[in-house]
Amino acid sequence: MLWYIGRRLLQLIPVFFGATFLIYFMVFSLPGDPIAALFGDRPPAPGVIEAIREQYNLDEPFIVQYFLYIGGILTGDFGTTYSGRPVWDLLVQAFPITFRLAMLALAFEAIAGILVGLIAGLRKGRLFDASALVVSLLLISVPTFVLGFVLQYFLAVEFSLFRTTAGPGAPIQDLVLPALVLASVSFAYIVRLTRASVADNIGADFVRTATAKGLPRRRVVTVHVLRNSLIPVVTFLGVDVGNLMVGAIVTEGIFNINGVGGTVYQAVIRGEGPTVVSFVAVMVIVYMLANLLVDLLYALLDPRIRYAK
Amino acid sequence: MSQEYTLSSTATADTSASAPLLQIRNLEVGFKTQRGFVPAVRGVDLTLHAGKTLAIVGESGSGKSTTAQAIINLLPGAGQVTGGQILFEGKDLTKLSSSAMQNVRGREIGYVPQDPMSNLNPVWNIGFQVEEAIKANGVAQGRAARTRTIEVLKEAGLRDAEDRLKQYPHQFSGGMRQRVLIGIGLSSRPKLLIADEPTSALDVTVQRTILDHLETLTRDFGTSVLFITHDLGLAVERAEQLVVMYKGRVVEAGPSAEILANPMHPYTQKLVAAAPSLASRRIQSARRPETTDHLDISSVGAADDRLIARADARESGTHQDLIRVSNVSKVYNIRKGGFKTDQLKAVDDVSFAIPKGTTMALVGESGSGKSTVAKLVLQLESVTSGSITFDDRDVAGLRGKELLNFRRRVQPVFQDPYGSLDPMYSVGNTIAEPLVAHGVGDRPSRQARVRELLDQVALPASTVNRYPNELSGGQRQRIAIARALALKPDVIVLDEAVSALDVLVQGQILNLITDLQAELGLTYLFITHDLAVVRLVADSVCVMQKGRIVESASTDDVFDNPRQAYTQKLLEAIPGAHFQFGR
Amino acid sequence: MPSNTVPSAGHYVADLDETPVAAVDQVDETQKARSTWSDAWDSMRKRPMFWISAVLILVIVAVAAFPGLFSHTDPARGCLLPNSNGAPEAGHIFGFTRQGCDVFARVVYGAQASLTVGLLATAIVTVVGLVIGALAGYYGGLLDSIVSRIGDIFFAIPTVLGAIVLMSVLPVREPWTVALVLAVFAWPQVARITRGAVLSARNADYVTASVALGVSRFRILVRHVVPNAITPVIVVATTSLGTFIVAEATLSFLGIGLPPSIMSWGNDIGQARVSVATAPMVLFYPAAALSLTVLSFLMLGDVVRDALDPKARARR
Repeated sequence: MLWYIGRRLLQLIPVFFGATFLIYFMVFSLPGDPIAALFGDRPPAPGVIEAIREQYNLDEPFIVQYFLYIGGILTGDFGTTYSGRPVWDLLVQAFPITFRLAMLALAFEAIAGILVGLIAGLRKGRLFDASALVVSLLLISVPTFVLGFVLQYFLAVEFSLFRTTAGPGAPIQDLVLPALVLASVSFAYIVRLTRASVADNIGADFVRTATAKGLPRRRVVTVHVLRNSLIPVVTFLGVDVGNLMVGAIVTEGIFNINGVGGTVYQAVIRGEGPTVVSFVAVMVIVYMLANLLVDLLYALLDPRIRYAK
Repeated sequence: MSQEYTLSSTATADTSASAPLLQIRNLEVGFKTQRGFVPAVRGVDLTLHAGKTLAIVGESGSGKSTTAQAIINLLPGAGQVTGGQILFEGKDLTKLSSSAMQNVRGREIGYVPQDPMSNLNPVWNIGFQVEEAIKANGVAQGRAARTRTIEVLKEAGLRDAEDRLKQYPHQFSGGMRQRVLIGIGLSSRPKLLIADEPTSALDVTVQRTILDHLETLTRDFGTSVLFITHDLGLAVERAEQLVVMYKGRVVEAGPSAEILANPMHPYTQKLVAAAPSLASRRIQSARRPETTDHLDISSVGAADDRLIARADARESGTHQDLIRVSNVSKVYNIRKGGFKTDQLKAVDDVSFAIPKGTTMALVGESGSGKSTVAKLVLQLESVTSGSITFDDRDVAGLRGKELLNFRRRVQPVFQDPYGSLDPMYSVGNTIAEPLVAHGVGDRPSRQARVRELLDQVALPASTVNRYPNELSGGQRQRIAIARALALKPDVIVLDEAVSALDVLVQGQILNLITDLQAELGLTYLFITHDLAVVRLVADSVCVMQKGRIVESASTDDVFDNPRQAYTQKLLEAIPGAHFQFGR
Repeated sequence: MPSNTVPSAGHYVADLDETPVAAVDQVDETQKARSTWSDAWDSMRKRPMFWISAVLILVIVAVAAFPGLFSHTDPARGCLLPNSNGAPEAGHIFGFTRQGCDVFARVVYGAQASLTVGLLATAIVTVVGLVIGALAGYYGGLLDSIVSRIGDIFFAIPTVLGAIVLMSVLPVREPWTVALVLAVFAWPQVARITRGAVLSARNADYVTASVALGVSRFRILVRHVVPNAITPVIVVATTSLGTFIVAEATLSFLGIGLPPSIMSWGNDIGQARVSVATAPMVLFYPAAALSLTVLSFLMLGDVVRDALDPKARARR
């Protein structure tokens, strides 16, 4: 197990450098003046340009720029925003909010998704299964931002069940509706994945043997079918952290939540390139770490991985 | 040995007075499929008395496993019992509620499944999986359950059970897993044990040890056993009573020894005739060019009366070694944890030669290196040391055109008839592929050749447009043989070519390759784990163990006078080896 | 019957008429020959979901290709401010946007951009992913290691997140650039799936058999390995078409996808947001068009997967 964790960490290093390099490369070595591109049609105040040139060491050769930038990230200096505030300060403020939102969404999609998927998989071909499939298809095909608008309009504006936008500090009750919106697409994917996986495992030889042992059906389903079916679901959760990040940008934007996503949303809308780049780089790093965590969870669930050398 | 069976058959008469433990009456089972309702078991009757052993014998699709699964309602989702009764100690199991059935499973009727690789849950440790059976059946709880778990595993023959409780199935060998499954099946001392092909996936020597052990346990506990098997030899050796099933029906039932000596139903007669045993003789080609009678199964096996002096003809011919394997070794580097690599010597200093026009069998259990030798001879892998010559030329350095030329003359037939044909390729394209690859002929001439080949392997010409998924295992294997023949090769390497087939089909294929050999003067390297089959086709035998050849002699010598202890053990392990099957 | 001994009482023999013994292993010539593809087609055309999605996709493609046939109103012109958020009327069945443009016309003309991005991105991702994944999986070794590590790097950046960064610095915003940007971050998924499928096909017995028969390595790749590995790629391609359309809409909604000068559903939804309280239907129509398009491709993907899935086929 230790060997497995070690190897995973080791594999993360080149990916970390590669991914940050990729982002950096895309922004700063495309043809044309990166500063102009970053700011779009709205030229910033002269002082800002100087600050940016200095922050990204644009006068140095490209590769030096990159390593100075990486050095900054590794020492906690994530650059400054458009208005000159250190990204780190904003991050400290925004991250807990987004974390809360993401956890709420994750909890919802995992618990509800696995439950619905399990029941659908056990009753394959029956009414519940068919409805679950239709609902999941619909949820995947309605983009998050559309669902956000619709729910915001009906549940918050028309029926006042929720607040239209989150209050200052984003208390948990204000995050329920955004979390539901954020979780919707992933919920649908988890339902489909769990269903397929349960339907597969229910016919497995070891499940038949477990029944032949004289175990009650409930135990056969929870101990033998469910645990094995969770393995692909856990793998999906890793990818899903990425979906949640993109979803957070949209959802926090719609519900006016000042988390990481909301900050990126505002920056994108206002065309504040440097802020977008700094924050997305941070998100990519978080995404990699989240995937590391998921890999470990995966190893906990599947001993074949744990003992593989 | 045969005396034992006379004894047991007389014993049946005494117990027939008592009430039977299990009585199946007119059982009907079917499956709902997209193409409608398909019956799988049609009016099966059988009776098993307490303390006795009964075997259901049949080929794939005979309904034998479905019958067994119906007893404790383990049928897959689409299957259901549509008629008849399953009386267990007088109560009808088909009428039980699911919770009542749950109390019968494990507690009163134990179950040992077929494939040890897929029947243990890979994500739970062994101790957990045994213990939950013990707890669920109320044998013991808490700390006592753990103690009982160790006991059960020790009974099943796992000596270091305490240390292995926390290990996972993937850390166990196939034989070990099957012991665990037997332990689970017997853990609550059931009155009846259903053993569904319990050792089919294992090597013969392992199979024998495990079956011996199972026999001891069930005798000590007084457990009745219902064996499900495709192996007639195994059934006769392990069971007092036999039920032969064919296409969902019972065609013959009675005392094993009697059925063996005196099969009455034509199907049973075919089965008995085709069952390879040590008493079999080499198949001699009885092919008459104008008929396809040679594919009739009756010509398989002991046909002593039809011995044609082909062996003499072979012996009189000049022995030219077509393939010579000299001191060949093959070492694989296996990556271990970290940066260490382990060396695995798969083939260790192997030498043999195959005279032209003869068959040499390479026999060994899994991991003996026999399939690696096949790959080396076929030039699919390169030797680490030593040399392989074909037609007096070293094949190691062959490149480009020379290699292509070699491939043209040495063709393979592989084990798995489901895996060795591309599912996306029609039969016609499959057989024509070597012709295309070697640029032989034009389109019409290739098509003609394909038809000719199909005829040679006794398949109708209409098969050209079919796809492998529509054909049976035996038919696929005939196509693989046709493909190998396409280029008129000198040598065919048959790597476990009949191992996955039912016994009648196996007999048919063995006949076919023998006939082809006589007709085309082919040389065979016949690789198998099944010694009984070897006697039917091989002129000489090499026995492999752990990468080395331990014995090498003519077929009759190896069978009648084995010199190595390992060869003797292999021969002993063949189920029903010493029965004289009634023909 | 060769026997002349009388069987004992316990010896049962079935009546031969009940179970005639068939010739061993005969080919059933009554059934018609079935290839994998004809099998898949047979199972697909029995599903209503296949026909619903196929018809929907055909209609959507027709609308995208020839919008003029479906709407007589030119959406770019004739936007009259007095019509702002106007109710539906004759000739303008969906009503008007805030700018007074015809909603129906905008929905019809918006199809082109969405579909172009979806199809183009899918095409690029499939071709690039298939070629790279197949070569890496088949030839293995150093090539495989390099390609896999590069793929890992791209894989570490969520597609839309990467696209947000790249689009926010890209001076050219056209359907093809959006498609390209999405493809840059999405190809590793297809490459991984292809590589896995090729790897298992490469180790199949029929490939070993072909090598031993003397078939050349490249011919085996093209004739045996790729056809057998293509199924999961087709399934992923069909489904990801829908997700690319959603991604484009999301980018346009954020204002960094297609510029307002190019009509697209994402843009329209974003603009309709401001007046959602007064004119919710202005948001509803483009959103419904978008969702319906995505749904059609998802349904098609599901049907195709069920038809090609070997496990599902075996169960049949």
